Amino acid sequence: MLILENILLALSGLLANKMRALLTMLGIIIGIASVIAILTVGDSINSSITTSMADMGANNLTVSLSQKSTEEEVTDTGMRFGAGFQKSISEEDYISDQMIEKLQVAYKDSIDCISYSESVGSGTVENGDLSSDVTIIGANSGYLKVNELTILSGRTLSDRDLEEGKKVVLVSDYLVDTMFEGDYQKALESTISVNISDRYYNYTIVGIYEYDDSSTSTESEEDVTTEMYMPYVTAKNQTHTTEGYETLTIVSITGTDTATFMDQVETFMNQFYSENENYEISVTSMESMLSSMTEMLSTISIAISIIAGISLLVGGIGVMNIMLVSITERTREIGTRKALGATNGSIRLQFIMESIVICLLGGFIGIVLGMILGAVAVHIMGYAASPSIGGIIFSVLFSAFIGIFFGYYPANKAAKLNPIEALRYE
Amino acid sequence: MEEKVIIDLKKIVKSFYIGEPNELEILHGLDVKIKEGEFVSVVGASGSGKTTLMNIIGILDRPTAGEYMLDGVDVCHAKDKDLSHIRNKKIGFVFQTYNLVARTSALKNVELPMLYAGMKKKERIERAKELLELVGMGDRMNHTPDELSGGQKQRVAIARAMANNPAIILADEPTGALDSKTGRLIMDLFLKLNQEQGKTIVLITHSNELAQETSRIITIKDGDIMGETEVGHLC
Repeated sequence: MLILENILLALSGLLANKMRALLTMLGIIIGIASVIAILTVGDSINSSITTSMADMGANNLTVSLSQKSTEEEVTDTGMRFGAGFQKSISEEDYISDQMIEKLQVAYKDSIDCISYSESVGSGTVENGDLSSDVTIIGANSGYLKVNELTILSGRTLSDRDLEEGKKVVLVSDYLVDTMFEGDYQKALESTISVNISDRYYNYTIVGIYEYDDSSTSTESEEDVTTEMYMPYVTAKNQTHTTEGYETLTIVSITGTDTATFMDQVETFMNQFYSENENYEISVTSMESMLSSMTEMLSTISIAISIIAGISLLVGGIGVMNIMLVSITERTREIGTRKALGATNGSIRLQFIMESIVICLLGGFIGIVLGMILGAVAVHIMGYAASPSIGGIIFSVLFSAFIGIFFGYYPANKAAKLNPIEALRYE
Repeated sequence: MEEKVIIDLKKIVKSFYIGEPNELEILHGLDVKIKEGEFVSVVGASGSGKTTLMNIIGILDRPTAGEYMLDGVDVCHAKDKDLSHIRNKKIGFVFQTYNLVARTSALKNVELPMLYAGMKKKERIERAKELLELVGMGDRMNHTPDELSGGQKQRVAIARAMANNPAIILADEPTGALDSKTGRLIMDLFLKLNQEQGKTIVLITHSNELAQETSRIITIKDGDIMGETEVGHLC
């Protein structure tokens, strides 16, 4: 009962000194708000990435050529990107069919399929005045499997198409909308003329897949470029490039330990590159990318949390300071209360409760502010916001702890005041 | 019928240490007995030790030597926490400077001693209202101290002193900060409480005029009792 009275007393005291109360709480507010904002952003990114990576296939390993790192090029993040080649790739550097075959034989229990592709480049499908830009990709059966195209009409590329290098393609429904007024029947089995670097090639449409426009901006609908898939062999015949691959994706059989398998593949493939001066093989998986991203994220979180912690410490000292001021101001009141029968304990309780109320109020404001801040940040980054319940509970408890910790010394000082001196205090 | 002795001070000595060689003895072994229902005034010049005596009677301070029985309880050897409870239940303070808790309504101020006594909220409010009516402040219960005049504040303070129905009311220069007309009203209130409610009142004052209205005057000079005068009876 005395606790409730003390809370009401503390609240009325704070209302009487609004500006002072707000300034006192500022440190706590900033500290808690940043903690909550960080946790909200961190949680949201984490859960979004985890789901999207799972969608993209956690079983996929990306095998890619990478330049042998010299001392200066070692990065701390542990992430290796295949981009940024400085030395051109010569014929013997490419991953060859023989290597793939050997790999497939060596790990036939772990490999579901291997996906690779040949980029033919961009072209334009033309028919009189109508045209549509396409990116042409030569795909193997594994590639089609990994990329999970939704076929709306017709069929996907068959094994025979792939083996024989037939001049057939899969086009997007977007292209059909542009070139054939959305008439699938008319589009299927019709031959289209594709302009690639001012040379015309003819292909037959065998299937129409659903174009996923979520990954591209819809702002300039005029210029949408969609993918056109043709058999890998067809693409090779056309580009006349050397036989070999820069990257390929291995789909491992579900249940395979990705991390171990990754190391095995990397070791196996690098056998072929032990003599190569410029290039080696690096293997990454969604899982390893995810873990290095999470690691990076948690490093940032820790750094900001330390700053938040300092803010909370300073805030706590601010609360202690204002409590000491308040006690000096109210010395006579304390003397009066003691004369009226307040025990040391009840005086101590009164001031600790006041300190807790300040800190909790600051904490609540901080939580609300932090959630807004976090939600805005998450929204800007384009993830779904998920408020951190654990963070909120932690913040409330921590605010109360700061209140007790930094309120105890002033409250104890008040409790130990000599009533006679307190009553005489001017 | 033998009247009950409420305050029984025996050979009270109070000294202060201001550094090792300067022991300052304020009270030199006082004997004071105050009976139930008495209205006693303690008179003396400033520095005579009357405030020190009041602090000891009000158990805000402990005597250096001597014995003090308050309403049959030995308070010299009680623990601090027990002293708080005894102060709460047995003594009602009225100060020269009122000492109402700021930003807190008259009603809440009167409730305060009952709050520390652990009384239920409903009873507390009821009793506080009753007391404020008694001192003529029934229409200003929700005013805060800075909305009240000096005389009104002192009446609220008296109501607060009465809250737990204490054995004694200890008033230290209650009219000292008031003009004579308002002081008169406050003095009348004390007389009323003494006569109608039979409250034991100890009034500390330097005004002989006020002292003459009480039933007994104890005069203190330089830490000794110079004399006790029984005033005829109240007019």
